[in-house]
Amino acid sequence: MFDPAILFTALLNGLTTGAVYALIALGLTLIYGVLHIINFAHGAALMVALYAVYLLHERLGIDPYVALPFVMAGMFAFGYLLQRSVINRAGHGKDENILLVTLGISIVLENLALVLFHSDTRNIDTPYALATVQIGPAMLALPKLIAFGGALVVAALLFAIMRFTDLGRAIRAVAREKHGAKLMGIDVDKVYAMSFGIGMACVGAAACFLLPAYYVNPQVGGGFVLIAFTIVVLGGMGSFAGALLGGLLIGVVESLGGLWFGDSLGQMGVFAIFIVVLLVRPQGLFGARV
Amino acid sequence: MRDVRSILLFGVLVAGAAALLQSGVALTFIMMSLYAVLLAQSWNILGGYGGQLSFGHALFFGVGAYAQAIAQLTWGWNPWLALPFAIAVGVAVGLIVGALTFRSGLRGSYFALVTLAFAEVFRIVAVSVPFTGGGVGLMVPLHASVANLQFGSRRGYVFLLLGFVLAALVFTAWLRHSRFGAYLQAVRDNENAARAIGVDPVRIKLGAIAWSAAFMAAAGACYVQMFQYIDSGIAFGSTISVEALVGVIVGGAGTLWGPVLGAAVLYGLGEATRNMFGEVPGISMVIYGAVLVLIVMFMPRGLTGAGLSVRRMLKGAQPQSAQQPPAQQQDDRKEEARV
Repeated sequence: MFDPAILFTALLNGLTTGAVYALIALGLTLIYGVLHIINFAHGAALMVALYAVYLLHERLGIDPYVALPFVMAGMFAFGYLLQRSVINRAGHGKDENILLVTLGISIVLENLALVLFHSDTRNIDTPYALATVQIGPAMLALPKLIAFGGALVVAALLFAIMRFTDLGRAIRAVAREKHGAKLMGIDVDKVYAMSFGIGMACVGAAACFLLPAYYVNPQVGGGFVLIAFTIVVLGGMGSFAGALLGGLLIGVVESLGGLWFGDSLGQMGVFAIFIVVLLVRPQGLFGARV
Repeated sequence: MRDVRSILLFGVLVAGAAALLQSGVALTFIMMSLYAVLLAQSWNILGGYGGQLSFGHALFFGVGAYAQAIAQLTWGWNPWLALPFAIAVGVAVGLIVGALTFRSGLRGSYFALVTLAFAEVFRIVAVSVPFTGGGVGLMVPLHASVANLQFGSRRGYVFLLLGFVLAALVFTAWLRHSRFGAYLQAVRDNENAARAIGVDPVRIKLGAIAWSAAFMAAAGACYVQMFQYIDSGIAFGSTISVEALVGVIVGGAGTLWGPVLGAAVLYGLGEATRNMFGEVPGISMVIYGAVLVLIVMFMPRGLTGAGLSVRRMLKGAQPQSAQQPPAQQQDDRKEEARV
């Protein structure tokens, strides 16, 4: 067995990674909850955001945490336009078409990145990259701690927007009852595009928190996309609280699984959870409706 | 019988071209096109006629390829004997995955995601266990002889692949005229209605995934014989899954010749971009993805579907655009009914 201190460290690491996962999954679950579509390009969008953070740091010397509002705004615009110009027009009344079109978008984005940046793995060098904080018996990297706190703040902000603003009310109305919302004078197409944009902005925030302790390459999104889907399915499609709890849980599972079985098999544990949950309880652990 | 005649004609044309052409480039082009067509036809059985979109079809390709390689390398089997074994393993995996997913009622996007997850799990397992060669992969030694299912020229592989492509085409033609095929299309179009008239959707879908997996595993086995090498990234990676799916969507899902057309067009496009931009990694996939997006946006029934509606329009009959609104309405009604 492992030393409790190692277990505690792994647990904390898992929680910090899980918070960032949760942020990515929140974007995905928002898009699913409102538009009832599965955004397969979510991982590719994260990769785009990571490159944006990387380029802002390398070319303009902007710190990832300073870049946060700009990357979020940029990703929001990207998502808004993508939904309005491509995804909204591709459905033809069938969910499968949306899945195919977002798959196509992710293929284009990932391979454009491959053409532009080659397959090299890159990371950025920040003065605080190696700083650590002592928590009880565990040493935690400072960027990870900031990521944990930052992800929770952004998630709280999202909750607040959904709860207290007119935009949030419109989004919830459309998610609940599209036709009714339309009759009340809500511009459904605009709400769709706004929701997609907000989902992408969450991904942008996640990228800013990730990069100081992580890396970017053209394939980086692929790993996240299945993890995000696992979280969303686990938490119940469209459920915010589910995505948050699911994210933390998956982060811990991956971290502890990696401790016992090695990193790649730890990731397999995540996919195994995904398959089992889908097969046994597709409405998720916390979700009541499918 | 028109289908059988056109399949025969296709076979004779390709075989004739392969027998007459001497240039290695032309033979390679035919070989790789046939390989792409085989992937597409396999996906078409489950995705086109069955309506079950698989995002992880590489799963069956990979197990077929590894079974072919392991049977030769570890157990010393003759490759001709390994080939049916590889197909059988593919069918077995198809049936297991199908039984798990169809029984629990996973449909549409969920099915797509779960197949992707299965392919990922197999990829990680293939890297981690010793008998697949781990991350290094498996290399089959080169002994070119017909008895060894390795051919000195591309021509032999063209005939091998052509055999499987023709088998897949004949099976697809059978789907269009048989009771099983009618059941399968009924399940695709409306599963509840099909169940109501006494079709067992799980059994029908299991049949479709088994056949689809058989052809995919055959493609994997052919890959090992052609290139004498397999690793986990090639076997279970997303490239194969994407290649199989995009060809079908581009050509027209649920048609006999659509996947042939789509796969050939895509392969040609890929080669053309390679000629234009040189060996830039990723560039041909950018084209694939863009074509997929454009086709789904503007020709949701693929090239053959678009061709059909153009022909109808020229004849002055109902254009396709006039057919679409009812489907849209129906969809809206369905949604209201759910609410």
